[in-house]
Amino acid sequence: MIGFVLFFAWLGFGGDYIWALQGHHPFPWVGVILTTVAIIGVWYAYKTGPEKVLWATGARELIDPQTDAERQVANVVDEMAIAAGVPRPRVWLVPDDDPNAFATGTGPGNSHIAVTNGLLRICNRDELQAVIGHELGHVKNLDVRLMTTLAALVGAVLLVRDGMGRMMGGGLGRTGGGGGGGGGGGGRRGKNAGPLVAVLLALWVISWIIAPLVTQLLALAVSRRREYLADAMSAQFTRNPLALASALAKIESAAAPTVSIKRGAAHLCIADPLGRRLTNREGWLADRLATHPPMSMRISRLKGMGYAELKKEEAHSRVPRAAEPL
Amino acid sequence: MWVLLILVIVVVLWMVAAYNGLISLKNQTVNAFKQIDVQLKRRHDLIPNLVNAVKGAMDFERSTLEAVIQARNQAVKVNASGGGPEAIKQVSQAENALSGALSRLLVTVERYPQLKATGNIGQLQEELSSTENRIAFARQLYNDTATQYNTKQQQFPTTLVAGLAHAERTDLWEIEDQAERAVPQVDLSRR
Repeated sequence: MIGFVLFFAWLGFGGDYIWALQGHHPFPWVGVILTTVAIIGVWYAYKTGPEKVLWATGARELIDPQTDAERQVANVVDEMAIAAGVPRPRVWLVPDDDPNAFATGTGPGNSHIAVTNGLLRICNRDELQAVIGHELGHVKNLDVRLMTTLAALVGAVLLVRDGMGRMMGGGLGRTGGGGGGGGGGGGRRGKNAGPLVAVLLALWVISWIIAPLVTQLLALAVSRRREYLADAMSAQFTRNPLALASALAKIESAAAPTVSIKRGAAHLCIADPLGRRLTNREGWLADRLATHPPMSMRISRLKGMGYAELKKEEAHSRVPRAAEPL
Repeated sequence: MWVLLILVIVVVLWMVAAYNGLISLKNQTVNAFKQIDVQLKRRHDLIPNLVNAVKGAMDFERSTLEAVIQARNQAVKVNASGGGPEAIKQVSQAENALSGALSRLLVTVERYPQLKATGNIGQLQEELSSTENRIAFARQLYNDTATQYNTKQQQFPTTLVAGLAHAERTDLWEIEDQAERAVPQVDLSRR
């Protein structure tokens, strides 16, 4: 997060600094404008993000549960909110037959959990509990807020770069002129500043070119690590990692893409809604481009937790049980 | 001279942070304990409605229903008397009895598959298992928070400010009833 802010500051104020070295623009207006754009973008996404995401999926809020399945999911969310120690999130149902679930919101106080009809159909109570626990893990870790802000920053970088691209030609021309002037003057300062300006400028331009790529890759890296963490938190809440493992296996085998969940909300879901093959492949490139870690890795880690728990339980129960008359 | 001053400032800042961390955990522990009460209260309020809803369908299991009502009333009475370590023990005994009566009710429902077809019974089952889950999860949260609190105050160097924050070891929620700890007896020969 701090990396993003610093990167943004470099993009803005770095440009100003280069200009300032040549005696132009004493006021860092590029930095100020960039920062303002970023703040407005983040604020806007923060305010409207959750509603936008939910609206885009066509979800309806579950207020008064009617059927057994609806009552069950409302109860399960209540239970998991107690286990996680967070206020109860609002529950939404997505009319989609593919099993998936996602969480959005700005923090534990204002959070939403959406599940598809397909998930309610294929999961039993324990598995549903594990999936909701995973989503509440995202809520409790503030992942939902982080992800919204990341999305806003990626968007802002793209927006600003497009605007700056038009000015770039003029800026380069002017820099060339300034450098020439410094050399012609023959002053000590001019001689030192010349190469420094060139290096800074080169770095700055490269930063602008790779900015969207870097922000996107960082967002994905954060997203993947958070998936493992949310899996672990689900196990902590339910004390039943094997339920999440079997839920993930079920979701995986229903491989059809979740059509009603769009790309923008992909990193919020329990499984990649786009059904991309990438998610299942390992290797350097796939590792860097997927929003979710490979499903097989997640399942095997959960099974590892389940095994450890079984072992621990056995060790625990052996002592008191031996003393009891059977 | 300066080094000393900086050292003192660092130590004071650390003490403030450690103290505040302990106080925050302490209050979280208290809150988690109260959450158990909230869930127990919810169960007491829910039971009469549920029993009324299934009374007609389960006329032939009157004794099981009455046991639930009785255990519930006992739990409410003990809760209301409140206060003192003796009372806490009584409360947990009454709640355990209620849990036992409820689980017997659930087992009874399982024995009549045709009952489950009635809408009310399915709802009853869902509500009962959810209620029991809520209480279990509230206890789990309390135990987790209390463990965190206990560990923090005993670990070095936080233990140095534990006295200042009046941090004391809190007890974890345990099963008092020996019967609940015993291995459940499963007899498959009847079926």
